[in-house]
Amino acid sequence: MADVQTLRELGDRIVAALPDQVEEPAVGHGALIISTRPDGILRVLKYLRDDKECALEQLTDICGVDHPGREPRFDVVYHLLSVSRNQRVRVKVGVGEGDLVPSATGLYSAAGWFERETWDLFGIYFSDHPDLRRILTDYGFEGHPLRKDFPLTGFVELRYDDEQKRVVYEPVKLVQEFRRFDFLSPWEGTQYVLPGDEKATKS
Amino acid sequence: MSERHIRSMTVNFGPQHPAAHGVLRLVMEMDGEIVERLDPHIGLLHRGTEKLIEYKTYLQAVPYFDRLDYVAPMNQEHAFALAVERLLGIEVPRRALVIRALYDEIGRIGNHILNVTTMALDVGAMTPFFYGFEERERIVEFYERASGARFHAAYIRPGGVALDVPQSLLDDIRAWNKKLPKVIDEIDGLLTENRIFKQRTVDIGKTTPAEALDWGFTGPMLRACGVPWDIRRAEPYAIYNELDFKVPVGTSGDCFERYLIRMEEMRQSIRLIDQCLDRMEPGPVKVQNNKITPPSRAEMKQSMEALIHHFKLYTEGYHVPAGEVYAAVEAPKGEFGVYLVADGTNKPYRCKIRAPGFAHLQSLDNMSRGYMLADAVANLASMDIVFGEIDR
Repeated sequence: MADVQTLRELGDRIVAALPDQVEEPAVGHGALIISTRPDGILRVLKYLRDDKECALEQLTDICGVDHPGREPRFDVVYHLLSVSRNQRVRVKVGVGEGDLVPSATGLYSAAGWFERETWDLFGIYFSDHPDLRRILTDYGFEGHPLRKDFPLTGFVELRYDDEQKRVVYEPVKLVQEFRRFDFLSPWEGTQYVLPGDEKATKS
Repeated sequence: MSERHIRSMTVNFGPQHPAAHGVLRLVMEMDGEIVERLDPHIGLLHRGTEKLIEYKTYLQAVPYFDRLDYVAPMNQEHAFALAVERLLGIEVPRRALVIRALYDEIGRIGNHILNVTTMALDVGAMTPFFYGFEERERIVEFYERASGARFHAAYIRPGGVALDVPQSLLDDIRAWNKKLPKVIDEIDGLLTENRIFKQRTVDIGKTTPAEALDWGFTGPMLRACGVPWDIRRAEPYAIYNELDFKVPVGTSGDCFERYLIRMEEMRQSIRLIDQCLDRMEPGPVKVQNNKITPPSRAEMKQSMEALIHHFKLYTEGYHVPAGEVYAAVEAPKGEFGVYLVADGTNKPYRCKIRAPGFAHLQSLDNMSRGYMLADAVANLASMDIVFGEIDR
């Protein structure tokens, strides 16, 4: 694993090479973290792959992170690995709802399914992807389940209908209201006023 | 002679097929026996693990990792435990690290036994399967004796391991480990020089190192192509930096090499198990901090503080400082990674699971084009596909 100093130098090198694309390199838990914008992602990835000091031959993963209420709403996170130099780089791209991200399939073949998965679960659209279909969810599924505003229970449930002799979808019916306990300690995380507390401030 | 119109045929393979290793649906366009295009449809076992983990505390998230790659459950838990520990910034006691490495290697043998023998089954050899499963049964018994569960162990937890292992178990593992080379030699004797097995696997699914890196191959799949990459070596975790083992590397990257790599890895794991057992010293098996790991049962009967700690840990759980981390382990199938985003609460904000099989299966189309239908099955078998981890 590359040490912090090597990764810092690598970060400086990347910023020097792509000054208008890359912002704020940081080092955390054995990986270099850099941020860029959707329109520059292909240039950054190409540089990271082809530069001999970076030599990030492998795309380990692409995933999305949803931050509702933040602008831009999503992060697309690329994990890159250099097998020859034993270093990892994480590239983060802020993407708003409905924004297009250029597909990395031209640079890394592995990107194909990872981008399909990100599209399926977050609804982040990748332009120029050869085959952007849903991958993990059911045929004809609606919505993007890993978004924070998608309920854990989903919207539909399915059962086998004996009369129609096929599986049918129905709106989800819960016998008991979905419970989400707020275990955060009352003196640390509450947003509400505890009963009785209003008296303390009144005086 | 009249001109005939030849059109390619679409074959639907699976989702219920013994050679599909679970619930894989392949839509193949065939020109006679030759695969022209192959489209894997996955997601039939999708359970929304990543979504569920966002609604669970860090401790409650551990059992979901057993259900990913259910063939080698503890290796997955290890990745999650590493991710949480790095965010918490805690040091795990030595005995726990040794136990983790020990069970990683036991799990690796169990996984490779299953893969090698089912691969043989897919290409027509049934006997190794029965030989191998006898040992796999012993392995799940070792799982049970350590954790109480044969498969869904929930044993490697953030902060250490759930319970200490008794000395009698370690003695039994050592005795079993002594006999294991003979079993592997038996499988070796049945397959390695077997004419039919070689006809079905040699030069099938050849991959160059550049292709393997491009398609995101890891683990035995990558090493079979000749890329010497093993996370246990490159980014040592647990006690791997002090253990002596060799990383087998292939040359041609065909199905047969992948089989050979797995056989050699099992032999290396046998050596590693012995070394782990030699390094086992008495001591605590979890972090001695009751804000993260629960106090002992006996202590709870006496101490009010211990009782409160136990209650808080199993209801609220511990809070993990905000941050993000990617932790990867060398799971038997390849690089199993967990990308964890914490927001300072008791639940993960986002937990992305990077499964090795996902990247491997993606390249099946590329690997099988121009080969026969039966070779696509051999390719699939050599990838070591388990749908628990691919569909998540």
